[in-house]
Amino acid sequence: MAELNLVQSINLALAQEMERDDRVVVLGEDVGLNGGVFRVTEGLQKRFGEDRVVDTPLAESGIIGTSIGLAMNDMRPVPEIQFEGFLGPAYDQLVHHAGRMRNRTRGAVTVPLTVRVPVGGGIHAPELHSDSPEAIYSHHVGIKVVMPSTPYDAKGLLLAAIRDPDPVLYFEPKRVYRSYKEHVPEDDYEVPIGEAKILSEGNDVTVVTWGATVFQALAALDELPEDVSVELIDLRTIYPMDEDAIVESVQKTGRCVVVHEAARTAGMGAEIATIVQEKCFLNLEAPVQRVTGFDVVMPYYKLENHYLPEAPRIKEAIEQVLAY
Amino acid sequence: MPKKVAYKTQIDYLQLMDENGKLDARLAKDLLGDEEVQQMYEHMTVCRRYDEVAFRLQRSGRMGTFPQNKGQEAAAIGSGHAARKGVDWLVPAYRENAALFMHGLPMHYVLVYWMGDERGSQIPDGLKMLPLSVPIGTHMLHAVGIAWANKIRGDDGVVLTYFGDGATSEGDFHEAANFAGALQVPCVFICQNNQWAISVPRDRQTASETFAQKALGYGMPTIQVDGNDVFAMYKATRDAIERAREGDGPSFIEAVTYRLADHTTADDASRYRDEDELDAWKAKDPLIRLRKYLEAKGLWDEDKQEALEARAKAIVQEVVKTAEEIPAPEVDDIFDYTFAELPESLKAQRSTMRTTSLGQDPSQVGGAAAQTVR
Ligand SMILES: Cc1ncc(C[n+]2csc(CCOP(=O)(O)OP(=O)(O)O)c2C)c(N)n1
Repeated sequence: MAELNLVQSINLALAQEMERDDRVVVLGEDVGLNGGVFRVTEGLQKRFGEDRVVDTPLAESGIIGTSIGLAMNDMRPVPEIQFEGFLGPAYDQLVHHAGRMRNRTRGAVTVPLTVRVPVGGGIHAPELHSDSPEAIYSHHVGIKVVMPSTPYDAKGLLLAAIRDPDPVLYFEPKRVYRSYKEHVPEDDYEVPIGEAKILSEGNDVTVVTWGATVFQALAALDELPEDVSVELIDLRTIYPMDEDAIVESVQKTGRCVVVHEAARTAGMGAEIATIVQEKCFLNLEAPVQRVTGFDVVMPYYKLENHYLPEAPRIKEAIEQVLAY
Repeated sequence: MPKKVAYKTQIDYLQLMDENGKLDARLAKDLLGDEEVQQMYEHMTVCRRYDEVAFRLQRSGRMGTFPQNKGQEAAAIGSGHAARKGVDWLVPAYRENAALFMHGLPMHYVLVYWMGDERGSQIPDGLKMLPLSVPIGTHMLHAVGIAWANKIRGDDGVVLTYFGDGATSEGDFHEAANFAGALQVPCVFICQNNQWAISVPRDRQTASETFAQKALGYGMPTIQVDGNDVFAMYKATRDAIERAREGDGPSFIEAVTYRLADHTTADDASRYRDEDELDAWKAKDPLIRLRKYLEAKGLWDEDKQEALEARAKAIVQEVVKTAEEIPAPEVDDIFDYTFAELPESLKAQRSTMRTTSLGQDPSQVGGAAAQTVR
């Protein structure tokens, strides 16, 4: 077992799956010789050749549209979009074509496609390089949306995504890319899509989050008094969501805080709060709280920390629901 | 049936000054006065200095990612010089600082922008330009819309829009070019073919032999120009602007140039680019070429060069000082420009952002949250 960061773990998963299944192709802008702008695909072209690791023209709609075609003709494309802001040009292909093909054809034509996209802020990137669009794509039908926060999960979820018969958006929290290492097994293992992970067990309050804010939540936990016991859930899959994990936890704790980087209005926090309200109404000791980004354009980096839900805001929210 | 030819054309290549600074006097007759050319050279030199300093600012942690302009000064200055200040619009990508400065954008703005501050995108009153555009390919449609408005109103302003070779792969480029042709709007498309889109070389970007020929499909006059030749860039752009102003619609210019630096400060071109290729293009550096021209004409010498470099250094030093001395942006700023009139919910988020995690009325949550509203 090796200690890997998120970038290395994703690279390992790609290499192993390309080795195992020769239908897997990696494509996108700069993914070949350059190894991707974050070096996630480093070395793959050298190893698997230019036909399987393809530097495409600079055209996201082209990348996703042709990937849909590849997938419909028995390939397993894993396109990379350089930053979530550049999903924009590919939006139509993703939501209106990838997400609907199975339904349109009553299952005759399917789109086993995995789109890798770095997401989120906190790395001092230029504009359009720091957004968190998971709610948007979860709202669209027919697309699964996952976001691992740890290297171990990253590998297992990516293998599950590539093997999934439907389109999966695989969001990579870029703030975590190189910030954290853990043991990642060489073996073939999957982290099932749709399963949350309980990171810490507790009885007083449930905190639900995913992606980079998992680490902010952990930092907030460290700041709380010893006698506060928090159940921290890393959702891992945004859609389809592991409702049971949330519901069981909130039935136990009676309190819930949702943390996400995306803007507040119509974010996943609203969805989670509704699920909790529907299924845990009689267990609730306090209103569900959201710690989120604001309903503003993600600020350029001088002010991005004011936007990001950092540990102090999370801690405060936990205190608020406890004090309610 | 006899074979017929449905369409036939050729694409001109324009160069007025060769790589040794020798100007074709016949082609360049009455094009630019000596004084003008010297001013252009000075401007290019200041911008080169600016670029070098910006790079160092990034390296020393005083600025975020920066895309260098080095090597593309003639394309920006030659074309920018042909546009009329306050009349014609500039719609840039992110490598045309020199043209923007020439049209009055204070030089510290671009630094402020890459320092992660929105105020660098705030175009001062009276300047007809859009801010730098980070998403590739999207801004050309805006340029066409601006040109369209000019046409509807009968203004004689023309729009210049800049983009890279990679940008021609995006769907939006093709929509922009098609709209421009179909609507015959006064827009000049300037493709800065600097041979690379990050790590992808031009021949992996397209199988088309030139970028100029792409315009043919949209019914536009088109030309390939030596983009390191400031005279040729000026002439091609001036001609295109004149055509547009006369109501003859859009044009396309492919500036054949080279990105002498990494794609951005986050990139390492040595991973994918040959030293030999780089060296060959260094020899075609637009600054060196223009200096040779000026020297041969007796307009330039070592003393003038030294004086200019000292001036450039002082100018850029002042610009950096201005950029760095701007007080930090106010946090409220992230809310204030979302709408002309902020909805109540956003006002609540703004006023409680520091005191609650919710961005909602603290009285609603009780307990620890009932702190004072700022
Ligand atoms: C829509 C979109 N996709 C991807 C990117 C990431 N990106 C930034 S610059 C660049 C290459 C641009 O190449 P080109 O258009 O030739 O311009 P150059 O940088 O060479 O001047 C890429 C892929 C982006 N900014 N926008």
